[in-house]
Amino acid sequence: MKKKFKLDEIDCANCAAKLETAIRKLPGVDAAAVSFLTQKMTLEAADDVFEDVLDRVDALIRKLEPDCRVVR
Amino acid sequence: MSGKQRKTLIRICVAGALFAAALLTRGLWSGVPYLELAVFLGVYAVIGWDVVWKAARNIAHGQVFDENFLMCVASLGAFAIGEYPEAAAVVLFYQIGELFQSLAVSRSRKSIADLMEICPTAACVERDGEIVETDPEDVAPGDVVVVRPGERVPLDGVVLEGASMLDTSALTGESVPRSVRPGENVISGCINGQGLLRVRVTAAFEDSTVSRILELVENASARKARTENFITRFAAVYTPVVVVCAVLLAVVPPLFLGNWQDWLRRGCIFLVTSCPCALVISVPLSFFGGIGAASRRGILVKGGNFLEAAAKAGAVAMDKTGTLTKGEFAVQQICPAAGYSEEALLGLAAAAERYSDHPVAGAIRTRHTGSAAAVSDAEEIPGHGVRAVADGKEIWAGNDRLMEMAGVAYDACGAAGTVVHVAADGTYAGYLVIADRVKPEAAEAIAALRGLGVEETVMLTGDRRAAAEAAAGELGISQAISELLPGQKVEAVEGLLRTLEGSGKTLLFAGDGVNDAPVLTRADVGIAMGSLGSDAAVEAADVVLMDDDLRKIPLVIRIARKTVSIVRTNVAFALGVKLAVLILGAAGVAGMWSAVFADVGVTVLAVLNALRTLQIR
Repeated sequence: MKKKFKLDEIDCANCAAKLETAIRKLPGVDAAAVSFLTQKMTLEAADDVFEDVLDRVDALIRKLEPDCRVVR
Repeated sequence: MSGKQRKTLIRICVAGALFAAALLTRGLWSGVPYLELAVFLGVYAVIGWDVVWKAARNIAHGQVFDENFLMCVASLGAFAIGEYPEAAAVVLFYQIGELFQSLAVSRSRKSIADLMEICPTAACVERDGEIVETDPEDVAPGDVVVVRPGERVPLDGVVLEGASMLDTSALTGESVPRSVRPGENVISGCINGQGLLRVRVTAAFEDSTVSRILELVENASARKARTENFITRFAAVYTPVVVVCAVLLAVVPPLFLGNWQDWLRRGCIFLVTSCPCALVISVPLSFFGGIGAASRRGILVKGGNFLEAAAKAGAVAMDKTGTLTKGEFAVQQICPAAGYSEEALLGLAAAAERYSDHPVAGAIRTRHTGSAAAVSDAEEIPGHGVRAVADGKEIWAGNDRLMEMAGVAYDACGAAGTVVHVAADGTYAGYLVIADRVKPEAAEAIAALRGLGVEETVMLTGDRRAAAEAAAGELGISQAISELLPGQKVEAVEGLLRTLEGSGKTLLFAGDGVNDAPVLTRADVGIAMGSLGSDAAVEAADVVLMDDDLRKIPLVIRIARKTVSIVRTNVAFALGVKLAVLILGAAGVAGMWSAVFADVGVTVLAVLNALRTLQIR
């Protein structure tokens, strides 16, 4: 499944790139892209674990960019 | 202005007022011990608490060297050495700079977002005679949708019923509305004018023009310009290096010279100055701005790297048919033989070509306005032309070989284009020249390219040499490479690339896309023209022109050059000022105030400069 999410308060291009690299390394993530320009994250993961993966992504974002939130 | 930005603005105003009041009244209370520290710590608390908090939090997460950390060390260091007003000022100006950055980023985002507003939200589908409103994603190809006046066309399709004017400006930047009639294609994202349209959908939502454009724009930031990548890598190395330098500066000299306080101050100045924000923010922002400015004119640039490459354009190669010419055939010349009028010649030709579906026949029929003759017994002779009987006369219309076949003496004609000889009952009636029409703006576009210093303009075509050279001469194109098979176009482009090798210049190629995909990929910058409908071209191209206006090629180059020059100015300016202040600061000449300017002032100026890219016309 591939889904798009809005990211709130993603403030710099560098932070977006950093998040993207980190999210791609998470287990269960098939593909991920973070666009600073459109403030969007595209996440691809298997359907059955998608919610778990999303939770992990959310936790990772909170850690790396505490101001940034995934709008679900 | 978002809520967060407004809050920051209020904090800046409050802290600024407190700070000004403290500075003005300082003479009255400066004798009281610790009061000064307390007052400026108060200002600092109002404006800087979140910087300290973020720095602490990031350190807890293992990310030590970020700008919050730099600001904390610098400002707390200034407090430690007794420069209280400077300590507060550093953070105050830092916040002003951050606010400016944030505003600048939202503004450039908004201009991109305006482009994204082309996305239709609902579609009215006919289901069992009733009109149902659904999500465009649920409409399948073959369904019929109704587009009411003022609505956005939800999906690509063909008009079944109704006529209207479509506003395509969001897609193409073209302000003149386009008229549509039954049988014509409409593309999603256009706004319907006054008429009601019934449209048969030809592509699912995810394959429709709108979705493809949105995807392109969203992915544009993924392909970074070389400068952008360089700056990111630079910042990653730079921050730890300057922190170490600052520490060395604060610790090593006083071991030998003493005067710890002064060297600590210099270390702080060094730190504040060195913050790389001006570069890290302004470089990508400039490229965004350039891409945004282009998108407003109906030009999609797939990444900053292509802007960078287009700025160095040394040669522009163009496909002929469909790119330089309209791809529509028209009668250019009517040359009747003795004894025939133009009208009569055209009448004969039109009669002979009555039932042919060759594009040349279409052009002749379009030109002929008189009444049509009764045609019997029409026969097409492939590779030669047609033979038909009209009004009792046997008419032959076709090329040289057909005339030889019919045994008629003809004028050998060297005209550029397709020549159609006509003979009636064994006598020669004259010939017609049919050629593709050159786009009216093509010559202007070529002249504009030359004006930009792109001397080498090349036309690539499969046409005969005479036709190619005639068109090239008419347009002022410097080189025509003709009689190319599709595969040979790639070779021709590779040849051009070799001639540019080592000069640091790039080759742009513009094609209309139908079979140009390999060439689009091979060129440094592939420009797909008017190819909203062609998947392969949009995929392969680096720049997509939403309409087929050739003048957008010089425009892309201009936007690219302007963007790159703004980026260069910013890098040179920021590094120059910083380097100067770093040296002066280490030497003890520059104070904390110049350090604050070198950090925040430079960032703000660089961001404002970067925003100019949005304004490129």
